[in-house]
Amino acid sequence: MNATGTPELMAARLTGVKHRYGKVQALKGVTLDLPVGKMVGLIGPDGVGKSTLMGLIAGAKRLQWGDVETLGGDMASARHRADVGQRIAFMPQGLGRNLYHDLSLQENLDFFGKLFGLGKAERAAQISRLTRATGLAPFMDRPAGKLSGGMKQKLGLCASLIHDPDFLLLDEPTTGVDPLSRRQFWDLIDAIRADRPEMSVLVSTAYMEEAARFGHLVAMDAGTILATGSPAELMERTETGTVEAAYVALLGGKSGAAPEPAYTAPAKDADAGPPAIRARNLTKRFGDFTAVDSVSFEIARGEIFGFLGSNGCGKTTTMKMLTGLTPATEGEAWIFGKPVDAQNLDARRRVGFMSQSFSLYGELTVRENLVLHARLFHLGAELTAERMGELVPRFGLEPYLDQGAASLPLGVRQRLSLAVAVIHAPDILILDEPTSGVDPQARDAFWDMLLELAHRDGVTIFISTHFMDEGMRCDRISLMHAGKVLVSDAPKALIAGRGVETLEDAFIAYMIDAQPPEAPADEGLLAVDAGKAHSTSSSRFSLQRLLAFTTREAMQVRRDPVRLVFSFVGSALLLLIMSFGISQEVRNIPFAAFDLDQSPESRAYLSGFEESVWFSQRPAISDNEELNRRMASGELALAIQIPPDFGRSVRRGETAEVSALIDGSDTNRAGTVESYVAGAHANVLSSDALSNLALRTLATPRAPDAAPPAQLIPRFHYNPAMESLPAIGPSIPPLLLLLFPAILMAVSVAREKEIGTITNFYVTPTNRVEFLIGKQLVYIGITLLNFVILTALVVTVLGVPLKGDPVALVLGALLYAVAATGYGLVVSMLTKTQVTAVFAAAILSVMPTLQFSGMITPVSSLEGAARIMGTFWPTTWYMGISVGTFTKGLGLSELSGHLLRLAAFGPVLTLLAVLALRKQET
Amino acid sequence: MQRLTNIFWLMGKELKSVLGDPVMVILIMWSFVVAVMLEASGAGDTVYNAAIAVLDEDSSALTRQLTDALGPPWFQPPVLVTPDQVALRMDAGEIMFVLSFPPGFEADVIAGLMPAAQLEVDATAVSQAQLGTDYITNILTTETRAFLSGSPDAPEAALRLELRRAFNPNGNPVWFKAVSSLLNQLSLLTIALTGAAMLREREQGTIEHLMVMPLTPFEIAVSKVLANVVVVLAAFTLSLLFVVQQVLQVPVAGSVPLLLAGTAVYLAAAAAIGMFLGTMARSMAQFALLVIMVIIPIIMLSGGMGAIESQPDLVQRMTMALPSRHFLAFAKAVVFRGAGPGAVWIELSLMAGLGLSFFAASLFLFRRSMSVSG
Repeated sequence: MNATGTPELMAARLTGVKHRYGKVQALKGVTLDLPVGKMVGLIGPDGVGKSTLMGLIAGAKRLQWGDVETLGGDMASARHRADVGQRIAFMPQGLGRNLYHDLSLQENLDFFGKLFGLGKAERAAQISRLTRATGLAPFMDRPAGKLSGGMKQKLGLCASLIHDPDFLLLDEPTTGVDPLSRRQFWDLIDAIRADRPEMSVLVSTAYMEEAARFGHLVAMDAGTILATGSPAELMERTETGTVEAAYVALLGGKSGAAPEPAYTAPAKDADAGPPAIRARNLTKRFGDFTAVDSVSFEIARGEIFGFLGSNGCGKTTTMKMLTGLTPATEGEAWIFGKPVDAQNLDARRRVGFMSQSFSLYGELTVRENLVLHARLFHLGAELTAERMGELVPRFGLEPYLDQGAASLPLGVRQRLSLAVAVIHAPDILILDEPTSGVDPQARDAFWDMLLELAHRDGVTIFISTHFMDEGMRCDRISLMHAGKVLVSDAPKALIAGRGVETLEDAFIAYMIDAQPPEAPADEGLLAVDAGKAHSTSSSRFSLQRLLAFTTREAMQVRRDPVRLVFSFVGSALLLLIMSFGISQEVRNIPFAAFDLDQSPESRAYLSGFEESVWFSQRPAISDNEELNRRMASGELALAIQIPPDFGRSVRRGETAEVSALIDGSDTNRAGTVESYVAGAHANVLSSDALSNLALRTLATPRAPDAAPPAQLIPRFHYNPAMESLPAIGPSIPPLLLLLFPAILMAVSVAREKEIGTITNFYVTPTNRVEFLIGKQLVYIGITLLNFVILTALVVTVLGVPLKGDPVALVLGALLYAVAATGYGLVVSMLTKTQVTAVFAAAILSVMPTLQFSGMITPVSSLEGAARIMGTFWPTTWYMGISVGTFTKGLGLSELSGHLLRLAAFGPVLTLLAVLALRKQET
Repeated sequence: MQRLTNIFWLMGKELKSVLGDPVMVILIMWSFVVAVMLEASGAGDTVYNAAIAVLDEDSSALTRQLTDALGPPWFQPPVLVTPDQVALRMDAGEIMFVLSFPPGFEADVIAGLMPAAQLEVDATAVSQAQLGTDYITNILTTETRAFLSGSPDAPEAALRLELRRAFNPNGNPVWFKAVSSLLNQLSLLTIALTGAAMLREREQGTIEHLMVMPLTPFEIAVSKVLANVVVVLAAFTLSLLFVVQQVLQVPVAGSVPLLLAGTAVYLAAAAAIGMFLGTMARSMAQFALLVIMVIIPIIMLSGGMGAIESQPDLVQRMTMALPSRHFLAFAKAVVFRGAGPGAVWIELSLMAGLGLSFFAASLFLFRRSMSVSG
């Protein structure tokens, strides 16, 4: 199928491949050939470079150094990647990481079908075939997020197989899945391979016991290949009996024989008092979902008690109820005989908790983390130093003391977490999956520490795990499945009780007892129609794919209405508050008279101010000190001072002077007040307004030519009544229609990066335009909907008529929506996480939108950098269109300049985003 | 005592995380240096640098003299236009005022016929339109008088009005803009930082870690508020000393320590708002939308973009709940009017009271969110 038409011999060839993330060298020169039509297992613990290797082979990650050939072509070539994308399927690590959890099973599969260019009938046929084969058919309408871990992995497999790939890459497909589902999963893979023997499969796993299933193994450690060969060859070469032992031997570590624990006998105390932990009928419900279903157990002091079960079976929730982090819906729990009480701070001192995800502060160093926790447990400076002196060597942390916790290797981080959990010498340790992702050797060392803590120091340890071999090391275990404890006993007793060989077999037996397995998968259905070649449309651009992203995004937005409601209701609310709140008229200017004359003339003059609607009178001022004090306090914006001889001067026809002192701190207001004062003064003097006889003399100008030699006749355009609402109302939507869509758009892309669904863009034939514009269309639609709501509010509630051409306004809104979402796309390209996307989108856009777009100050009045920012900001131009159509009554031709300039923003911004988007992970 | 040590150690951790994140540090720098300078020096007075055009159909010495008299700081140097350009350029928003002199204007002035000049005004910005018209009327009157008599002074009026501006005698718009811009930066940054610190701790699961230690939600919340207040206050102080006082040359009339103390009170209130939003939001996207919904009223309705007195009563009552409104009143009083503690205690106590209410509300939400999180 390659360019020369000869069949490929190798599914993938890697030569001298290196890869680094910042300072961490993930791959250190890997050279490897993967034969075609084989199932190859990639083994090694987390963090050795398995996922990086798979990402490079699938083309999801950008090649940094070396050569990767997949299905006969160079993966450094974008052209080959585009061609070969149609023939590869890549299922990334993590339960359902590339699935859309809010979409149903059917919707998920339909989306993947569209990405690979399958027609409607073809999709329906494939989906029905695959879901029947995997036994998922009865759950077609269930959201993917509500599937169990095993079902999620089956769905992921269906999504991968929908286009009948030639090369299937599965990254740790069974991690965290219950043993029964795990077994079913591998049976399914075997069936698929039996059906399509030409298909190559590359699987990675951290479960060494699964490795025996694979025909060909690649053992990895620390970015290098340790060995390749069949399981039998590896065991033979290392003279060991299991793959795990072989792996440890290959590492150059101890022999495969399980190390004899240093402390075996639990330090039982006859008069131990109440059990360390006791739980009775603990139940936790979230809505209609029961996470933990009536769980009871007792843990004796100094015992290591294990919870064994898959991800999502309720282990973590049970532990959280015991620590008081989450209250139980029903049931009770006691710690040392006392009921669990979230408010009891003293009880917390007796418990050390290590949560599932690494939850120390990555930005602090090892030393800082230890000291912080010690001090928060009130150990005091001396005791802190003493405990540190004890724990640091014991947990082997000396070399790392001043390193940031975030940069530590996983195994060291786990040791640090444990050290932090025991720093205050607790009586109980609750450890939630402490060893996931830790290599076998580090795990052995970790367990040695636990055994020592329990059996020497008498610490009670309650630990959860999904590794069977860890279950074997506990004194007693509970097998958990779907929120229920199936059985509790010593691990050996459990195996003996079922008469089986291994703990895994025992677990499966108990699971089948508790819940008969789902309808068996109909594997015969996997058969592919003989003639059916997979779709070979390798066109560079596909409208179907673009629209697939649009429909999917639209469905997701509909499923999370809170965000939409926030932006619609929020912007409507803001429109109303702002329009009524921002008034450019200055009214009720607080003023006081400082009348040193107190004559009829002075009172007559002041009455001109008292009667004006612009001024609001405050008690008069009696002396200079009071004047200064009241002006300084901000109580007065204006003081009118009348000199002592005012009345006399007026009566005599002499020149009199009045002074107005204006609070100049707010320069905008001061300017307006100044002009009002001048206006009121002129008003007092104009003979028409003069009612008081006392001032008559003033009105008669002494010089006959006092009238101005020329007049000015102003004509106020667009808003002749000089009302505030018609001026402000239409200028608010431009702010809202930028800020809200930009944030929604930026978060939408950043979210895909953060939760990992962006992998579907990396490994499918989707191109950058299809991905970005497909998503953007939805937010353009939302913006337009918001535009309709806001426009209706402006017209009806604010009562501002749309005088101009509605076509110009709608066209402007459309162009503006493209620009706003385009800006959101650019922001999302600059950031990796939702937090930074949010910050960049909000903080960088608030100032130009609010200050430099002509909302208060016309852009033509701006200067320097502010003017430049205003000119290159889309709000400025849409503001012109919104105000132009509403207030100025303009049409298309008058606004063509604005429309043309606005039209440039969207495509330019979107193009920038498209150029900045990498088709591969870096 | 133990409570204090807990808060002390938690604060240390918060400080390290804020200052250890380069994005945050750049953001703080941007806000307090670049943004303040841009806002303060960019946007001017109500009528400042307004675009004006002259349609001169007289082309006389007087009309040229009048045209030359229109200029900075209120107006940009006028551009000359032809009749057919007037409507076009006003529609495009390029020009706010067009002053037209009819043919024979100068001759009519000399003949004492009191000719009329037309002024076309773009009234979509109401207050600029009104003020600008006043200014142009003044210029027209004084300049024609000067043209006739050689002196710009009107014949001595019987009653003269002397206008004086207190606290900013030259009416330099940069002063007020600098202060209101500082308020905007303080608000946006403090609210966003504190809220995000809360949300991040929840998203990364470290909050559970804290909750199994002998710490109370109160201690956790207070340490976050205090840490962010310390960071932003430090940035504010530097911005005040170097950017506002040195670069922008804004004098501070009152006591700088009083200003800083009041700012600390405001920051605590703003941080409490951030905390409140951070506990209320379920995701970063929701938090961002909430921040926008809060920050727009804070920037636009606190008095920096329009006087409080001109708001309708209902809106005035609503803005009473914005600590930023009281902070701006306080800052104006101290910076410009040199007010002492006696004159601003009301604003200070309002800010403190609002801050405490928001803090109490967020503490309530925080306690509740801890008990329902699973």
